[in-house]
Amino acid sequence: MNASVGLVLMVAAGGALGGMARLAVSNLFARRWGTAFPWGTLAVNLSGALLAGAAAGWFGLARGGEVTGGWLFLVVGLLGGYTTVSSLSLQSLTLWQSGRRRAAVGNVAVTLTAGLALAALGWWLTGRPT
Amino acid sequence: MNGWRAYAAVGLGSALGSALRYLVSLASYATLGPAFPWGTLVVNLLGSWLIAAFAAHAALRVGGSVARWQPFLVAGFCGGFTTFSLFGLETLHLLELGRPGLALLYVVLSVPLWLAAAWWGDRFVRARHG
Repeated sequence: MNASVGLVLMVAAGGALGGMARLAVSNLFARRWGTAFPWGTLAVNLSGALLAGAAAGWFGLARGGEVTGGWLFLVVGLLGGYTTVSSLSLQSLTLWQSGRRRAAVGNVAVTLTAGLALAALGWWLTGRPT
Repeated sequence: MNGWRAYAAVGLGSALGSALRYLVSLASYATLGPAFPWGTLVVNLLGSWLIAAFAAHAALRVGGSVARWQPFLVAGFCGGFTTFSLFGLETLHLLELGRPGLALLYVVLSVPLWLAAAWWGDRFVRARHG
């Protein structure tokens, strides 16, 4: 694996699509459930974790598969750019600073536990021996 | 800014952020080896610091040029630069390699550091603005 321009562009193209998809989902959740709690970021991170787990199983990366252009576009670019840690950190900090400490801790705890569980579920669904 | 302009700004920022994230992870592989996902840890810390710094800056200078750049810098660049899905995959990958201690270390190191980075970014900008 080297940093060839073509591979970096694959990641960038996926990242552009992922970022726009994240904006669409965040807007959808903000319109539907308001902005008092960052439901959009939670939905993005949980769905992205499930899809990334499924992609890992599907591409067979765990079985020593090669890193391909498809993996870079779909997982490193699209799903990597779709999900976010920066918004999670900022929104949790903002909840905490506005005195909503239980919501802040809950946001981090649910993202982490459900995110890891969903990634494992996705991986198991597509990667398990049949 | 709304409509297609916001999508274009977020898409462009996320493309740049994702490409830079990929380059950071390649650099971390090359210098620190593949045993621990240093690259993702670093981008998630930097991105959390930056997003909180941008948000504090925007909050202190309402209607300035920073607000115009928000979609590109915040949802775009910081969102695409940081990633939750790859964090999840890397944790599962460490577990799968039979390194549960390292997986646990990755999680318990990452989460408080993300939040601390956001806190510091916020404090850094607010202190400089007096």
